Amino acid sequence: MTYTSVNLNVVSAEESLFSGAIESLQITGSEGELGIMPGHAPLLTSLKPGMARIVKKGGDEEVIYISGGMLEVQPNQVTVLADVATRGADLDEQAAQEAKQRAEEHLNAHGDDINYAEAAAELARAVAKLRVIQAAKKKL
Amino acid sequence: MSGAKEIKSKIGSVQNTQKITSAMEMVAASKMRRAQESMAASRPYAENMRNVIGHIALGNLEYRHPYLEEREVKRVGYIVVSTDRGLCGGLNINLFKQVLADAGKWQEQGADVEFGVVGSKATAFFNNMGANVTSQISGLGDSPSVTDLIGSVKVMLNAYDNGDIDKLFIVYNKFVNTMTQEPTIDQLLPLPKSDDDAIQHRWDYLYEPDAQALLDQLLVRYTESQVYQGVVENLACEQAARMVAMKAATDNAGDLIDDLQLVYNKARQASITQELSEICAGAAAV
Repeated sequence: MTYTSVNLNVVSAEESLFSGAIESLQITGSEGELGIMPGHAPLLTSLKPGMARIVKKGGDEEVIYISGGMLEVQPNQVTVLADVATRGADLDEQAAQEAKQRAEEHLNAHGDDINYAEAAAELARAVAKLRVIQAAKKKL
Repeated sequence: MSGAKEIKSKIGSVQNTQKITSAMEMVAASKMRRAQESMAASRPYAENMRNVIGHIALGNLEYRHPYLEEREVKRVGYIVVSTDRGLCGGLNINLFKQVLADAGKWQEQGADVEFGVVGSKATAFFNNMGANVTSQISGLGDSPSVTDLIGSVKVMLNAYDNGDIDKLFIVYNKFVNTMTQEPTIDQLLPLPKSDDDAIQHRWDYLYEPDAQALLDQLLVRYTESQVYQGVVENLACEQAARMVAMKAATDNAGDLIDDLQLVYNKARQASITQELSEICAGAAAV
């Protein structure tokens, strides 16, 4: 059986961000970038902060920022269970820049009170947001 | 004018009650809108989570997580979600009846039953009944958070891990619409199997990074999201049920006032007639 499209659901704890047929999905897994095409083998993975690039049926693209979560792939059904997710168009570039700077300062400051892992995670989230914003801009 | 004064004061007291019930109705209506929104917002996550879990339960996985094993049922656990406050019609009682009927079935098969309760109404009910209550939480307020629930859920999950219970259900009212709330019993553990026929064959996932870490993470999220969704739905149901109950109470108070008014008018008329006839009789006697 060949598949030309696969059904995708992107949900976060707060809302449902995307639901519909897609041609491909590009997303950041915990072990690296993943490309999901219709008919992919069953896959279960956790997600890192990053971008989900969705190519809808018909060729339209959509980018969504995802802060982390889980991805489940079935040949006919893909589900993204995100912790926090935001559409590319709704992200605030300035806020993301500031968050990035703040995180970098935190990492560079050699105080005892800073939590290195937390600051690094914060930085990863800010960088991912900026990438999504750039991708969304390029699309426009 | 015998009785007229008593009737008048009775009318006044019913009117006061009516004011209270109609105020409660309006408060419940506005709270319901908020509760409904938060319920609708988190519903897709819980439903998709349930789908994914259904797929996992069907799969032929390399790592058998204890939550996937069907065990011989010796003890059954229920997480019962109820309201904190009353005056919401038969909402809680209908739910408890359903739980007891279901628990009765397990008891017939020789299984013990224990309860983890959310909300003070369930606490009072199951304690009065002398049921086996293992965990209890109440006072969640109008916007419950996942962190409030974790402790209570953890107790039941630990009991499952230790083999103290072999099945875990969550019981709550499902919000259908304002007029209809449906008592619902969902199986949490072991994971309920999906009825999606398209993937009924032997297969396993590709895991990144590895099966155990992923499943542990996913299953904890799963139980939390399901219990949270149950609580949020129940909250919307509570407000809807209260709104309907208070509307009925306001209408009933209106009917009662009409009836009393009629009785009052009759009493007043009778006393006037009596006075008149007394005066006439007095005048005739002079």
